[in-house]
Amino acid sequence: MQNQQLNNKKINEKKSGKNNQVKNTGSENVDHNQSSIFNFDYAPSLESTKVVNIQKKYDLFINGQFQKPKSNKYFKTINPATGEVLSELAEASKEDVDLAVQAANTAYEQTWSKLSGKEKGKYLFRIARLIQERAKEFAVLETLDNGKPIKETRDVDIPLVSAYFFYYAGWADKLDYLYPGKKVKPIGVAAQIIPWNFPLLMAAWKIAPALAAGNCVVLKPAETTSLTALLLAEVIQDAGLPDGVVNIITGAGNTGAELVKHPDIQKVAFTGSTEIGKLIAENISDTNKKLTLELGGKSAQIVFEDAAIDQAVEGVVNGIYFNQGHVCCAGSRLLVQESIAEVFVSKLKDRMAQIRVGNPLDKNTDLGAINSAEELEKIQKLIELGKQESSKYFEIDTALPKEGYYQRPCFFNEVSSNFSLNRKEVFGPVLSISTFRTTEEAILKANDTQYGLAAGIWSDKGYKIQQVAAKLKAGVIWANTYNKFDPTSPFGGYFESGYGREGGKHGLLPYLEIGGE
Amino acid sequence: MKTLKVLKTIKLFINGDFVRTESGRSFKMNNNDGETYANMSLASRKDFRNAVVAAKSAQTVWAKKTAYNRSQILYRMAEMAEGKITELENAITETTETPKIQAQLIAQSIVDTFVFYAGFCDKYQQLMSCINPVAGPHHNFTTVDAVGVVGLFADKEVSMQLFMDQLCSALTSSNSVVALLPKKYAAILAPLSEVLATSDLPKGVVNLLTGDQEELGEHFASHFELNSLCYLGDNSETKKHFKKQAAKNMKRIVLPKSKTLELENILNFVEYKTVWHPA
Repeated sequence: MQNQQLNNKKINEKKSGKNNQVKNTGSENVDHNQSSIFNFDYAPSLESTKVVNIQKKYDLFINGQFQKPKSNKYFKTINPATGEVLSELAEASKEDVDLAVQAANTAYEQTWSKLSGKEKGKYLFRIARLIQERAKEFAVLETLDNGKPIKETRDVDIPLVSAYFFYYAGWADKLDYLYPGKKVKPIGVAAQIIPWNFPLLMAAWKIAPALAAGNCVVLKPAETTSLTALLLAEVIQDAGLPDGVVNIITGAGNTGAELVKHPDIQKVAFTGSTEIGKLIAENISDTNKKLTLELGGKSAQIVFEDAAIDQAVEGVVNGIYFNQGHVCCAGSRLLVQESIAEVFVSKLKDRMAQIRVGNPLDKNTDLGAINSAEELEKIQKLIELGKQESSKYFEIDTALPKEGYYQRPCFFNEVSSNFSLNRKEVFGPVLSISTFRTTEEAILKANDTQYGLAAGIWSDKGYKIQQVAAKLKAGVIWANTYNKFDPTSPFGGYFESGYGREGGKHGLLPYLEIGGE
Repeated sequence: MKTLKVLKTIKLFINGDFVRTESGRSFKMNNNDGETYANMSLASRKDFRNAVVAAKSAQTVWAKKTAYNRSQILYRMAEMAEGKITELENAITETTETPKIQAQLIAQSIVDTFVFYAGFCDKYQQLMSCINPVAGPHHNFTTVDAVGVVGLFADKEVSMQLFMDQLCSALTSSNSVVALLPKKYAAILAPLSEVLATSDLPKGVVNLLTGDQEELGEHFASHFELNSLCYLGDNSETKKHFKKQAAKNMKRIVLPKSKTLELENILNFVEYKTVWHPA
């Protein structure tokens, strides 16, 4: 109740121009006087939305054309930062899925497989360039549709999208160098289903290697974040890519299920939750479809006592609060060595107090909107569950915008291995903290999960980093850094985080048959 | 003068020990003349689970060894198998109606498979690891890691070459293995396990079972401590069932092509790990 009043007060202050004011009075009983020097008042610095032109309605991108859905059904997509409707998207039915797959098949057989690697590469280079040229438009649209801060879409998502196309473009005519002693050949048509957390980036991760390897694709973006994929469809048209090589169909789970089931696809690539990943694996168990899955995680960040503490604090904050924590590899479990735990947590709170939560179009914003009401509810439920198990809850005290879906960055301290917060993927700005004494214990705790996507190590000692990195069961390990991505760097997990890699030369392997003629 | 033959019971090979099945069950293997060749252990679910426990703790021991050392141990297997080549051959000819000349080839292929993969233990990493030129101030490299505990499930009639190839592939990339031998070649468990037991292979790295494919399939498919499940056979129902069950804990399903002595076979049992560090 008290909090509620505080929030209202904040919102009033906000109205009077004090945007994003942050005062550090967390719910843990700790003296925060010291951190009051970090009170920043930033004037709003809103990115203009003039650069984007959102249509009222979007059709399906099949065979190089935007086509009305056979279902004639459309669904709304909203801006999660405000709750307002942005546009309406076509819902692809079974019939539409079939059209898209047929278009991809025809394109594969009649055009794409007949082009030389060099020509295929040139199309991908073109797409990379066109994305760069319209980078601002993509960034603003992504922020509007997803709710993530403009500084992230502008500086991370969109530059990486272009970089992935650029990187894989060059592979298209060099596949003979890929696999030692073997020729490789494409698989055919790939069904690609991507999540809402990095909408366009995931599209690039999927489309670029598939095309470079000589396949054609049908891509289904997430139903809440399809707009940038549809803008990519325009870019693909502009690039003159042969019709049907890339098909983009919108819709929700049913559309995805129809796509996965379709008999004329040879490969499924899915990024999303472990739950759905398992369902897909089960559903195609009676087929010979190839499958790669990039699923959930509960990644540990291990901070040793010899780490550069301020740098580690910065890294931990980036590790969990980047993109509102909607990152499959988010460093959601902090393991900090006991000897520095107290000072570390205190510094973490101070740093968290500076996180600005608010309008994602504001260039000052660190934490934008949660992508949907449904996701916000999921996160809040898990936080409630966490509160039942632990009393060491902390969230920053900051005003949240009245409209839209927002969550304050928070953590649970002194979390035991068996607590839900240490086991379940939250996919939000929620960190769980526990301590360790020895390196062995740290490794044991870090590996104590059914996931194995990523991990972070913070230490000043090179040998320790090597030693720990070798023993951690995770596909991506960041030492003294976190959440870095690059097209040349393979990404993907062990265990229930899925299988196959995306990025780098290893990212091509799932799209190729080894030892082909 | 005819003396009474001493009949052997062929035991399971679990955690480096030769053990009877805990279930107290056996099946008889006849020689080509219809007489008893040996009594074989009919492994139970519990035997299988014991084997997985052994394999799980052995995997870290095996992976900790240097690649050079693993290479030498696999080569030692070739040496020991060469010494037992007649025994391997006889186990095949006497129980499977395989012509002698073909049995010799099979026995020879076992030796050669050990040699081939011995030489790969310290090389596949070099072929598949890489430095990734990321666009930033980071040193970034990808290495090859073991997938963990591999279940190797062979249908009754699967060829020994294919079986040995998958077994050695998994060992090369420092995995541990729980394997169900093709029932047809069950008798080979005796010389094969003796080869493994005398080659400095840490106990539990390879566990060999004989038993009923129908009975054990379910357990291979559903065990959560198996990280990978390799199915040798062409029964589409089994394939489907394994794939479906494997999804529950995201076991890597390996359905090998029939090609033997291939880098690709090793790479079916690896994970790629990428490490970033500021440079």
